Amino acid sequence: MATTTRLTHDEKINKLNKVIDKYRGQGRKVLMQLLQEAQAVYGYLPLEVQRMVADALDLSVAEVYGVITFYSFFSLNPKGDNQISVCMGTACYVKGAQAVLDKVISELGIQVGECTQDGRFSIHACRCVGACGLAPVMMINENVYGRLTPDQIPEILAKYKEA
Amino acid sequence: MDKVNVTIDGIKIEVPAKYTILEAARSAGVKIPTLCYLKGINEIGACRVCLVEVVGGRSLSAACVTPVTEGMVVQTQTPRVRNTRRSTLEMILSDHNRDCLACIRNGNCELQTLSETYGIREISFEGTKSPSQYDDVSASIVRDSSKCIACGRCVAACQKQGISVLSFINRGFETAIGPAYDISMADAPCIYCGQCIIACPVGALHEKEDDERVWNAIMDPKKHVVVQVAPAVRAALGECFGLPIGTRVTGKMFAALRRLGFDKIYDTNFGADLTIMEEGTELLNRIKTGGKLPMITSCSPGWIRFAEFYYPDFLDNLSTCKSPHQMEGAIIKSYYAEKKGIDPKDIFVVSIMPCTSKKTEADRDEMFNPSLGVRDVDAVLTTREISRMIKQAGIDFNHLPDEGPDQDLIGEYTGAAVIFGATGGVMEAALRTVADILGEQDLPAIEYQAVRGVESLIKEAEIEIGEHKIRVAVAHSTAAARKLLDDIRDGSAPEYHFIEIMGCSGGCVCGGGQPQIDAQTLMDIDLRTARAQALYEEDVIMPERKSHKNADVEKLYQEFLEQPNSHKAHALLHTHYQRREIYPDSVLQSNDTE
Repeated sequence: MATTTRLTHDEKINKLNKVIDKYRGQGRKVLMQLLQEAQAVYGYLPLEVQRMVADALDLSVAEVYGVITFYSFFSLNPKGDNQISVCMGTACYVKGAQAVLDKVISELGIQVGECTQDGRFSIHACRCVGACGLAPVMMINENVYGRLTPDQIPEILAKYKEA
Repeated sequence: MDKVNVTIDGIKIEVPAKYTILEAARSAGVKIPTLCYLKGINEIGACRVCLVEVVGGRSLSAACVTPVTEGMVVQTQTPRVRNTRRSTLEMILSDHNRDCLACIRNGNCELQTLSETYGIREISFEGTKSPSQYDDVSASIVRDSSKCIACGRCVAACQKQGISVLSFINRGFETAIGPAYDISMADAPCIYCGQCIIACPVGALHEKEDDERVWNAIMDPKKHVVVQVAPAVRAALGECFGLPIGTRVTGKMFAALRRLGFDKIYDTNFGADLTIMEEGTELLNRIKTGGKLPMITSCSPGWIRFAEFYYPDFLDNLSTCKSPHQMEGAIIKSYYAEKKGIDPKDIFVVSIMPCTSKKTEADRDEMFNPSLGVRDVDAVLTTREISRMIKQAGIDFNHLPDEGPDQDLIGEYTGAAVIFGATGGVMEAALRTVADILGEQDLPAIEYQAVRGVESLIKEAEIEIGEHKIRVAVAHSTAAARKLLDDIRDGSAPEYHFIEIMGCSGGCVCGGGQPQIDAQTLMDIDLRTARAQALYEEDVIMPERKSHKNADVEKLYQEFLEQPNSHKAHALLHTHYQRREIYPDSVLQSNDTE
């Protein structure tokens, strides 16, 4: 079920350079747009990308890092081919989302915001996906799983492991 | 100027329309407490300690960011204001490491002062503490984020320096202040100017303390401990003992050092005069032989690191001269040791500096003399550290007699050296000497007003000496250096011969090792001018005011170095620089292994 074809590092850097050149020299005011596009191209925003962005906009790496860590949309770590989002919104939370999340974490052996070694899965905690009636809810890519209990998790993950 | 009428706590007053409530209240003699506010640097209304009630307003207003308007009525002492301020303070304190007795800022902390003023006796919100780290890896700056109140003053000060190595990271309760990835200051592209320390209202940022090492050296009978003290220290040390800002305490400072038990007491001003001989000669040689111009001064280690990180293409423009205290250290370990018949390995040189970057400078590989097997300088203390040592030793500073440095061998100094501590001072000192050499006479006009002062962050002048024209520029603060160097890079600046750059605005008198002055006092005074005045005062009363007239320097050349820029002078007094990488990938690996 992996949807993206993997680009080589050089291919990604080439695409990234084109995005960065569009904004070069425009300073702080375009930082958010540039980060958003850079993440779309590169997948996430590691130090290497931060240095390039900082250099292009005449900002410091710390300033760029500050913005990235402020917004949950931006990611310092690679995202998996399959992105798991466990809803931690109020409704899901009171219906036991934490237990679901804990089970996903223990099954995959990674923390929230991290990606598995093989690049197949990453875990994200999100705020309300708008399906409160199905609480607790988890999304994997575009697929929604509702009324979850922790014991269902291994079975669901297995489908993606096989694919 | 447009004026408006406002009423503050019943006091009617007319103030400029551009004033904030905080400034208007100060004019009316009403003191509104502040914490995150730092005039001209951090005016963001974040901490909510300065809240006041504006009559007719729906909610309380932050006085530091709310402009006055015609007819505004402000109340700063209502029960609502008082209760809100107290709760705000208690909440800030709830996530603060309240280890006040063991804190470096004990007695000089803006948060402590506020807690005392507001009679805080208990913290009603005992809760989770945000994650913190203690970073004392660099030789200059210690960061203890358990004390941090996230006011942002250091972030703003670092940004004002044009560096921004400190930034807010993460969000909400996880918010921290640090370099990217919260790595150590030792791995970040930090120049150690220490302006963050000066800006910090609490004990979250401070110098790496070296006073214990110095105490141990003094107490060690085998060590011959030689102390030297930079010009800027005399312009601010008095503040640590309650004397008014701008009080020149040269005499008491030397008396205090003598009572502390140092074996020999010298003034870094000797090293400054020596610097002028070396740097002036280097400049004239570069002009004559078509060497790399503009030549840029190299006295400020913050500026040097800045160039190494951010402007490596200018490293060949830097003078190869070591900074004055490094030169003086090198001379103490060689010439002085030889004349006195002391093994250089038994000599311990202490530099008292207004600077935190000097600590790292003294630690550089280039500052080690391999033929003697010793460092030029063994320990660097800030003005703050030496003031604590003086207090510990029970010395009644304010009642000391006036004394001077020891007079043998390298005791003399001139007025030119004293002004090194202020922006434009190194330039002026150099011009006094270069003008005499080029003009082949003892010129009577020696005050170069164009390079003095803080009105402008970049100053320039064209000096005519006979048929020679020398075009110079002076920049203070690394932000100003950035502007100047960018203009030189893109060709929009004129062709300068000589440039002075100091890392801190105002020069060394406002260095990161100087006493911290609270934000309220800083509303009324420009420290840069007040402290510089003390140095210009000393310049005028010196019998000699040109570096080349320093008899001890002349003797040093006759008996030891031969002449400026000689082979021996190069080996002892000159250095080189290296390009430094900004956030190389390795910083994350070293972080992971910790």
